Amino acid sequence: MIEQIVFYFFGGILLLSAAMVVSMRNPIHAALSLVLSFFASAAIWLLLQAEFLAIALILVYVGAVMVLFLFIVMMLDINLVALRAGFARFLPAGITIAVLLVASMGLVVGADYFASDTYMAMPTVAAEYSNTKALGLTLYTEYLYQFEIAGAILLVAIIAAISLSINKTKINKTKNPEDQVFVKKQDRLRIIKMQPESSTRHKEPKA
Amino acid sequence: MLETIYQFISQNVLLPLTMFVMPTDYQTEAMTVLQTIVKIVAILVPVLITVAYFTYAERKVIGFIQGRIGPNRVGFFGFSLWGLGQPIADAVKLIVKEIVIPTGSNRSLFVIAPILSLAPSLAAWAVIPFDDTKVLADINAGLLYVLALTSLAVYGVIIAGWASNSKYAFLGAMRSAAQIVAYEIAMGFALVGVLVAAGSLNLGDIVNAQAGSVVHWFWLPLFPLFVIYFISGLAETNRAPFDVAEGESEIVAGFHVEYSGMAFSVFFMAEYANMILIAILCALMFCGGWLSPFQGIPVFSYLFAWVPPLFWLLAKTSFFMLLFLWCRATFPRYRYDQIMRLGWKVFIPITIVWLVVVSVLVVMNTPPWF
Repeated sequence: MIEQIVFYFFGGILLLSAAMVVSMRNPIHAALSLVLSFFASAAIWLLLQAEFLAIALILVYVGAVMVLFLFIVMMLDINLVALRAGFARFLPAGITIAVLLVASMGLVVGADYFASDTYMAMPTVAAEYSNTKALGLTLYTEYLYQFEIAGAILLVAIIAAISLSINKTKINKTKNPEDQVFVKKQDRLRIIKMQPESSTRHKEPKA
Repeated sequence: MLETIYQFISQNVLLPLTMFVMPTDYQTEAMTVLQTIVKIVAILVPVLITVAYFTYAERKVIGFIQGRIGPNRVGFFGFSLWGLGQPIADAVKLIVKEIVIPTGSNRSLFVIAPILSLAPSLAAWAVIPFDDTKVLADINAGLLYVLALTSLAVYGVIIAGWASNSKYAFLGAMRSAAQIVAYEIAMGFALVGVLVAAGSLNLGDIVNAQAGSVVHWFWLPLFPLFVIYFISGLAETNRAPFDVAEGESEIVAGFHVEYSGMAFSVFFMAEYANMILIAILCALMFCGGWLSPFQGIPVFSYLFAWVPPLFWLLAKTSFFMLLFLWCRATFPRYRYDQIMRLGWKVFIPITIVWLVVVSVLVVMNTPPWF
């Protein structure tokens, strides 16, 4: 009973926010709706007792990826009129892509693999069952090679991203903290000995 | 005593309420919901009172460090009582002040931003164990849940910065976003070290894994991670010396420059609630939580056996809360590029190296910890 209320509540939020992602005029609002839809889907995963995946979704996508996404979107100077100008022109291409996406999704999550009669009742697990442990065991034994390949691809992507962002023509004034720490007094300060100047303009007032 | 009060409320208020209002089929579920609400209130009311008096403690402690007196006027019933009425007077003042919503701001996001920053810091208390048995939600992935919720606090800041339609607020929000993403990684790795050492993500199990004596606590085998976790906690809560998101000297008050009255004070409460949360997490994960510091010492462990475990947890938490204030009174604000360098180039490599060290210690079953 409570589970059903929670499911329909978050399912409704998920559908509504997913619709808002594509229909909102302001890109910031669209990005925030995407955050909300991640949240709602994480709640539905929690209902399926997949607590590790649910929290990882929030931690990775909501906590890190979408923050950077918002960071970029907020900095852009987006002209909404220009953005909506090509709507009619791009509509056929958009519809084609949408149909292709729906068809491919339907092939994967269709009745062949995920028929509703096989998934009517959720298998309940014991209280000691740890989703994290089960996932870790499967990932590091059964799917070890796939896991390592994914890790290697990510490493290559990181190196590529860093090498792309390194500025080869050295125009930025990067400071080296080690140099700053090891600066001595002699490097910065020069003491000059000179005669005191005798000024005629500022005379001490006579008492 | 707490159990007695809880049983009393459960028997005499909640049970009749569900008996008369709900249909018979749903009575047990309604009872569960009501009991959970009572427990939530029992956790959050003390937390919010602590938040209020933490602001008072901050002014007193920093006053003491700087050779001042701090608030000492507002008391109760004509007695000044060292200024203990100050937080209540402040709250009343902020409640009656007008909430100004700037022209050109995004009204709905402007209003929702303070709530978004306070809610995660209160929601994280759901998994905090206060005792071997006293915990609201004893879930397996408690550590992950806490990490996920502390990473959400940034949304309040960036939404506030953007919705204010002010350059100062926006700069503060951008600074905060970059800083929190940087330090969250170091924080996450520090928590992975705790996970490896304890072999569990459940906060209660993590505390129980530290049982033995003071040297069994994780602060010793995980010392670099402990220090990094606390410093990252300072950065995540936007506290001095990492408070560039507010940076009064450059960007006025940063992300909450346009907020006034209660909207501002919700941001303020979120900051202090986050600090208390980080402090209690430090106590739980690295300093043995509710375990007595005299455990394992022959005479003292009997002498102090009467002290309730909750006392030790609160004492350790108070120490870390004091450390937050001490840091603010002592250190000058970091330069922004140095904050980024510290997060990415110093903390993350150290945590990764120490993760390997901890893993080796665990695999070798190094006494006395593993």
